[in-house]
Amino acid sequence: MTEELKIDGPTQARPEDAHAQGVLSREAARPDGPLKVSGRAAYAAEYLPEGAAHGVLVRAPGRGKVRLANRAEVEAMQGVLCVLHDDRMVRNAAQGTANEAPVQGVEWAEYVGQPVALVVAETPEQASHAAARLRVEAGGSKGAVTPGEGEVTDEDVTTSETGDFEAAMREGAQTLDATYTTPSHVSAAMEPHAAIAEWKDGCLTLHSALQMLKFNRNEIADCVGVDPGNVRVLAPYVGGGFGSKLGISAEAVAAALAARDLGRPVRVVQTRRQVFEVNTRRSETRQRIRLAADRDGRLTGLGHDALASNLPGEDFAEPVLQASHFSYAAPNRRLRQSAERLFRPASGSVRAPGEAVGVTMFEIAMDELAESCGIDPVEFRLRNIPETDPERDVPFSSHMLAECLTEGSHRFGWADRPAATRQRQEGEWWIGTGMAAAFRVNLLMEAEARVRLSPEGVVVETDMTDIGTGTYSILTQIAAERLGHPPDRCEVRLGDTDFPPGSGAGGSVGAASTGTAVWLACTEIRRQLAEAMGCSEADLTLKDGRATCGNRSLDIAEVIGDGPLEGHGHLQPGKALKKVRQSTFGAHFAEVAVSDVTGEVRVRRLAGTYAAGRILNPRTARSQCHGGLTWGIGMALTEALEHDRRDGHAVNRDFAEYHLPVNADVPDLDVEFVEERDDWAGPMQAKGIGELSICGSGAAIINAIHHACGVRVRDLPATPDRVLAGLA
Amino acid sequence: MKVTLNVNGASHWLDLDTRVTLLDALRDHLKLTGTKKGCDHGQCGACTVIAGGRRINSCLSLAALHDGDEITTVEGLSDDELSDLQSAFVAHDGMQCGYCTPGQICSALGMLGELSEGWPSHVSETLDGPVRPTREEIAERMSGNLCRCSCYPGINAAILETAEGS
Repeated sequence: MTEELKIDGPTQARPEDAHAQGVLSREAARPDGPLKVSGRAAYAAEYLPEGAAHGVLVRAPGRGKVRLANRAEVEAMQGVLCVLHDDRMVRNAAQGTANEAPVQGVEWAEYVGQPVALVVAETPEQASHAAARLRVEAGGSKGAVTPGEGEVTDEDVTTSETGDFEAAMREGAQTLDATYTTPSHVSAAMEPHAAIAEWKDGCLTLHSALQMLKFNRNEIADCVGVDPGNVRVLAPYVGGGFGSKLGISAEAVAAALAARDLGRPVRVVQTRRQVFEVNTRRSETRQRIRLAADRDGRLTGLGHDALASNLPGEDFAEPVLQASHFSYAAPNRRLRQSAERLFRPASGSVRAPGEAVGVTMFEIAMDELAESCGIDPVEFRLRNIPETDPERDVPFSSHMLAECLTEGSHRFGWADRPAATRQRQEGEWWIGTGMAAAFRVNLLMEAEARVRLSPEGVVVETDMTDIGTGTYSILTQIAAERLGHPPDRCEVRLGDTDFPPGSGAGGSVGAASTGTAVWLACTEIRRQLAEAMGCSEADLTLKDGRATCGNRSLDIAEVIGDGPLEGHGHLQPGKALKKVRQSTFGAHFAEVAVSDVTGEVRVRRLAGTYAAGRILNPRTARSQCHGGLTWGIGMALTEALEHDRRDGHAVNRDFAEYHLPVNADVPDLDVEFVEERDDWAGPMQAKGIGELSICGSGAAIINAIHHACGVRVRDLPATPDRVLAGLA
Repeated sequence: MKVTLNVNGASHWLDLDTRVTLLDALRDHLKLTGTKKGCDHGQCGACTVIAGGRRINSCLSLAALHDGDEITTVEGLSDDELSDLQSAFVAHDGMQCGYCTPGQICSALGMLGELSEGWPSHVSETLDGPVRPTREEIAERMSGNLCRCSCYPGINAAILETAEGS
C-alpha cells in the first residue's frame, strides 16, 4: 500500500512530538561513520570488476573544429583497446534534474578542455600514457569568453518591477548604487567524478559518483540510446557533490559507450583537472545593487541587476536574485537577471545556486547602506523585515530572521562593538567584526521510499543518495522514531535505482522530501499495526519493539505475525508554495584580523544562528553548517577560478592553485539553531539546512574587513592585493 | 617489475608496471580501496598512508620505491573494534562524505608521532622544545589534508581528544 501526500497547505497535527522512541531531533552518530573511518565504505571507482579496461578522457586544447591527428598511431600503442571518438559523448555534465542527455558531440569543441575522445587500454598506466600521446587539434571558434562581451538574447533576461523604483532612488534620504563582482567557483568535491560501466544482455549497470539517481538513469539512457528500464545506477557512497554530481557527466557516458563497444567493463575516472573543467562551475556574476532608504532607515527602493554566463544550449542561469525577491521590504523594486553566452566551461549549480553569491553581495550592500544611514547593521535589518512577501502578496509560512538576528548577536557579543571603523589594533593587525543575514528558499521535491518491518527490524530503501549530508543518519532516526525501534535495528539502504525513487540530493531538498516519504511509508505500517491491534493509528504507541494500545501491550513481532509489513511512501510538492513564501533564515557574525603590512585577512571567529524548521539531527546539521561557513571563508578570501582572457580556459584548475580553505584557515565555528516548526513544510516541519550557511557568511567576513580597517571590498575574493590597495 | 609490499602486517608479492604508484598498487592491485585518490598530485592528502613510520602521499610515490617497506593503511588500524582515533572521528562527526577521512586519520597518526618526537612546526614556540598537541598545532600540521565538506572542527576535536587520552 502507498501512503500519498501532497503538500497543499499547513499540516496541523504534530504527532511526532508525542512519539515515544525519542531519537528524532536528537544528536546521533552517523551509522555509516564506522564504515567511513575504517575505509570500508566503497565509492564509485572502487567496484572494479574482473577484466575491466581503463579509460582516460582526452580533451580539446582549443575551441572549434576538432581533429584527432594521430589516432591510428595511438590505437597501435601497447595495451590500447580503442580510441573512442563518438558523437554521443557529452560536452559537459548535465544540469541538475535535466532528466535527458546534455549537449552531445565531439566534432566541435565549444570550450577549451571539452572531452572529445576516450582512450581505453588494459591498464590505467597504458591508458594515461596513450591519452597523453593523442594529439588533438581544435580551432576556428571566435565566440566571446570575457564577461560583458557575450550575446544576451531577450529570452535570457527576466525583469520584475514593483512601484516606481527610479522615483524612490531620486527621493531617498540615503541611497547606494554600487557594482559588485564574484568570480567562477567550483564545487571541488574530494572524490573525483568516476564511473564503472558494465553491460549484460543489453542492460547497463553503472557505478558512478552522482547525486540524483532517478534523473541520472534517464540521462545516461538517453545518452547511449537505451530504455531507462535497462539501466541500473548505483551510488551508495558519494564523496561529496555540492552540485557538481547532480547530472550525468562525461566519464560515465564515455565509459558506457566504450564498455558496450568492447564487450567488457570499463572504468573511467576524471583527473582532478578534468573535474575542474568538465563539470559545471558556478558562473561569475556582476551585480549592480541600488538601494534607497528614508530618514528612519527603512528601505523605499530595492534594485538588483545581475549578469551571469553559460554556454549555448544550457538553460541554467545562476539565479542570483532568488532571495532578493523577498529578503527585505521595499515598496519600489526593480530586479533584473541576465545571462550571456560565454564559451567558458559550462556553468551550473554549485552549493546554494543563487543565494550563495546573490545574498552574499546583497548583504555587503546592506552593510554599506546601514553605515551611511548611521544605523547598526543588525538594527538596520530588523527594521526592514517584510510583513508579507514584498512582491507576491502572500504570507511567509514562517519568518524567523528577527529571532536569528537577536539570538545570534547576543551569542556573539555584538553589543560591545564600536560603531566606527579602525577602532582596534593589535600590532600590525586591525581587528573588526561584521555580520550578515542568511536566506535560502526552501523547496520540496517528489520522493518515494519503501519501508519493511519484520521481527528482525526495520529496512528502509530508496534511491536517495548520502553525499555527506547525513541521509543515512536522519532516515534511520525517522524510521526508528515512527516504528518504535532502537536505531541499531533500522537499516537504511540508499543509492540504487532498483529502490523506489527518492528526491536525490540537491538544493537542500533531500532531508525534508525523502525524509517525509520514509515518514509516510512508516505511517502506512503503523496503520497496519493499529488495525491488527484493534485501535486507531493515532492511539498506537511504538517503543523499543513493543506496540501499546490502551491497556494492551505486545511485542511488535507478535503483531506482525507471518510476513513482514511493508509501507510505501510517496510525497509530492503541492500548491503550498503558491500560497506562501517559504524560506530558511539565519544570521552570520565574523571577527577578522587584517594585516596593515600585507593585507592578509585571518578569520578569528565565525558564528551562525539558523532557523530551518525541525532539526532532525543537530550533529549532522551542525556539520553541514560548518561546511557552509567554511565555504563562506573560501568565497570571501581565496576562491576564484581564473579564466584566460584569450580563450576562456580555466587557469588554476587544481588544488594547488584554486585555494580551498585548509584546516588552519578555519577557526572554531559556532553554530546554533533556533527552534522552529513550519507547518507548511509537511508532517515533520523540517526544512533544508545544507546550503543556508553559505548564503551570507562570506559577507559577514567582508563586512568585518571594512569594520577592521576601513577597506570596502566589492570584488571577491578579498585577496591581500585588493585589501592592501585600499589600505595604502 | 617484482615488488614486495608489507601492508598492514601481510606480505604481498606483486609484478607491476614500473609506472604504478603506491596508491594504485594499494587500491587496484591489493583491493585496499580505503586509501583514496583525490587529486593524484599530492595536493589534497586523501591518499595519506604510513610508510616506514612516516605519513606520505602515496600518489606521489611509485610502488617500486617501496620494495620491502612496511606500509600501514586505514584498513590496518582496526580489526573488529575501531581504534580510539577512529572512534573519536565518529563521535565528533569528523567526516561527512567520508572521502578524505582515511587520509585524515592516517595523517593524524603520523602527525601525532611527529609531535611526540618534538618536531617543530610554523606555530611552535620553540624549535627544540617538546611540543604539546594544542588545537593550533593540530590545525597547522593537518593543513595538508583537505576536506571540502569542511569537517575541520570535528577532525581537530577528535585528534585533540585522542592525543590527550594517550
